[in-house]
Amino acid sequence: MQKLEIDDQQMFYSGHPACPGCPEALAIRHILNTIGPDAVAVIPPSCIAVICGLQPFNSTRIPVYQTTLESSAASASGIRRALNGRDKGDTKVIVIAGDGGTCDIGFQSLSSAAERNEDMIYFCLDNEGYMNTGAQKSSSTPLFAVTSSTPAGKNTKKKNLTEIMAAHEIPYAATACTGYLDDLVYKVKKADSMRGMRVITLLTPCIDGWGLEEDAGVEAARLAVETGIFPLYEVENGFKYTLNHTTKERPVTDYLTMQSRYKHLEPAAAQTMQDTVDTAWARLLEKVKLSAAD
Amino acid sequence: MNDFGDDYLLLHGNHAVSYGVRLARPKVIPVYPITPQTPIVEKLTDFYAAGELDAEMLTPESEHSAMAACITASLTGVRVFTATASQGLMLMHELLHYASGARAPIVMFNVNRTIGSPWGFWPDQTDSVAQRDTGWVQLYSEHGQESLDTVIQAFRIAEAVSLPVMINHDAFYVSHALEPVRIPTQSLVDEYLPAYQPEHFLDPERGESWGNVVSQDMYRRHREDLDKAMGEVPAVATEAHAEWHARTGRSYDLVEQYRCEDADVVVVTMGSMCGTVREAVDELRDAGKTVGLLKVRLFRPFPTHALRRALADIPDVLVLDRNFSPGLGGVLHQELRAALYDMAGAPRIHGFLAGVGGVNVPPARIIEFVESVSGEPPAVESTWAR
Repeated sequence: MQKLEIDDQQMFYSGHPACPGCPEALAIRHILNTIGPDAVAVIPPSCIAVICGLQPFNSTRIPVYQTTLESSAASASGIRRALNGRDKGDTKVIVIAGDGGTCDIGFQSLSSAAERNEDMIYFCLDNEGYMNTGAQKSSSTPLFAVTSSTPAGKNTKKKNLTEIMAAHEIPYAATACTGYLDDLVYKVKKADSMRGMRVITLLTPCIDGWGLEEDAGVEAARLAVETGIFPLYEVENGFKYTLNHTTKERPVTDYLTMQSRYKHLEPAAAQTMQDTVDTAWARLLEKVKLSAAD
Repeated sequence: MNDFGDDYLLLHGNHAVSYGVRLARPKVIPVYPITPQTPIVEKLTDFYAAGELDAEMLTPESEHSAMAACITASLTGVRVFTATASQGLMLMHELLHYASGARAPIVMFNVNRTIGSPWGFWPDQTDSVAQRDTGWVQLYSEHGQESLDTVIQAFRIAEAVSLPVMINHDAFYVSHALEPVRIPTQSLVDEYLPAYQPEHFLDPERGESWGNVVSQDMYRRHREDLDKAMGEVPAVATEAHAEWHARTGRSYDLVEQYRCEDADVVVVTMGSMCGTVREAVDELRDAGKTVGLLKVRLFRPFPTHALRRALADIPDVLVLDRNFSPGLGGVLHQELRAALYDMAGAPRIHGFLAGVGGVNVPPARIIEFVESVSGEPPAVESTWAR
């Protein structure tokens, strides 16, 4: 494995209060250093808000507006329009939100901003639950996962944010993860080269909420990709699908057994997970094939 | 054209607001449609389409998102306007607090309308008085001309004290009633209201942020600052109105006394009902009765001192509330009782829940209310009337 060199412009300072081993800090460091200094960020209540600073500290170099949980995309739209009004149309506006703030309470304002094709990059750091408030389930929590509000395991599937955003036919909807940082940086750069609504959903494993070893955050993200549970792909303008990690080389049990949130799983349930992933993967390959034919 | 170079137009109250907004030159207008506010935004989008309004029009999926965008646009350093009514204002409630906490000088026009359930579209001020603890300056307008003038003044007040301002006028009685309205010239307004130049704003070149978690002491200090800013509003607003009067010849006091000299009875109310009370007062004065009107134009901050000055030694005061707070009664009635408590020469205060739900309260009915005053001590509760 080759070490990824990023152009560290000191956009994200050390000393931030993330949990030891938290992949979100890794994600934020790579996002901010790729976006650069000419940007304003919106952050709703989330682990990200804590990581980016409690007054009087601020671990980001760019200005951050901390908004209400349901308002991220609307708040970012207000900044965007005001910057336009001040002839600062090239200053970037980004959102860094969690999956609860995106897929649940913030979904309505996000959908509207996508419909208006507001000029922003929206990052959903998806740790599959309300981890900042003690690991409750969100609509992004996967099937069977134990959370503090689903103690027997969640009995419905994870909401597929990327497909929903792609259905808005926005310029760019993509997945990324903290296990494949080169792919993440490539996607941030690609999004940054476009205008309009761009949404990147990053899988960011939660050490505490998923029940991972402190040093297993990166490995968990890689396994999510290699088992096909969280495929890395891009959708441009709602129809052009590109698969970035093209193989699904491992069984889902390699991923499930490293996390205490799945430790209750019987073999039959694990097989259900495998079948679900196989079906979704096959569908994704069909979409990729279809858009290649266009 | 009059002496001030104004044009007259025949406008209904909501379009008068739109003309005021255009003259104030906001840069961002996030807005969501709702009856009976919609003509305000429709006229603004007409101006925009005709190239007469240099603003970003933002049409999100809800009033909640509209207010979210208002706050950030304002904090990014531009002048911001929005409009709403009733349910829309209710949906914004969380962010009304957020806006004043962020010290964002947004100007919002609210058209007072009943709140569901059950559904209704009628003039009732419960929507805005229910926002009295949100940290917004609140003004109530009686007619279209006042609404236009107040929009322009409101930006000046908001930007001077870094607080958001909500202006209210009643559904239909004002919002859809036609009247001749004077439109000030753009140059007059530009001189009165210079371009917005905030001290702090979101910009990568400045690095200032907003909204981080704060300590208990920082939070308390912040509330204290907000209180101080509210305290500055009466003087700032008085000055804003004095200069407007000098430039246009039109004036509206924060607490207006109409024929209150030597009055035995003063009727206190807000919004369009002030016009009806004027009719009743004139009729009663013609009949030799000493009755006046006290129009409460500034509701937040509550003008306690001005009210105490205006109502000292008045024997009887009637409060007409076109709002209803279940478990309390009429909000203006009860707040006035609190404001005048312990005052030497305090009047007997009679509270009428009149006009709740938008029912019409004609001058003849107001005369009956006045004539019902018998010198007996009034009920402490508000009385249902129509």
